[in-house]
Amino acid sequence: MDKDTPRAHHDLGGAAKFMCEAVDTAPHALTDFDKEVDAIRGILDTKRLMTVDELRRGIESIPEADYHRLSYYRRWVRSITGVLLEKGVVTEAELRAALEAG
Amino acid sequence: MMFDPGSSVRVKDDWPETRGPVHIRTPHYVRGMQGTVVRRLGAFHNPEDLAFARPAALRTLYHVRFAQPSIWQEGRAGDEVQVEIFEHWLEPA
Repeated sequence: MDKDTPRAHHDLGGAAKFMCEAVDTAPHALTDFDKEVDAIRGILDTKRLMTVDELRRGIESIPEADYHRLSYYRRWVRSITGVLLEKGVVTEAELRAALEAG
Repeated sequence: MMFDPGSSVRVKDDWPETRGPVHIRTPHYVRGMQGTVVRRLGAFHNPEDLAFARPAALRTLYHVRFAQPSIWQEGRAGDEVQVEIFEHWLEPA
């Protein structure tokens, strides 16, 4: 295709750009970072602080250049951060303090 | 409205992503396309609302089958694409 439609940049089904590149189907190991992000999302779900639907919405709202640059789980952590800030589960000050504390 | 298996339906040619932040499960490539209902998959809370932590009504989800050549201008006659589509995206065709 691409049909001349205003599709969102994450809505990639049939997008010509991706039909030319072979999909890497080889299994690849998850990093500790990947596992940690996955665990955090699981906890947020269990504690009813954030749903997978909110996660997806947050991923889809990542600007196009960042979306294609970020790894799968980096998109997740970007979405989780955005949604938790938006809902007031954490504040910017708390996030900054935690990042500075390492 | 409810659709029976075998019903001819058309996916709404609607582009909510042009009107503001949304989360939708209807892929761009089936908008405006005509297909056939294969089966009802059950009713689920509308993810378009769940994505924004809004109260979400139950909506019926369908398997809808399309002729692939009409969607992507490729493939052979008889090739099909099957997509899960919520009831509020479907109209009788």
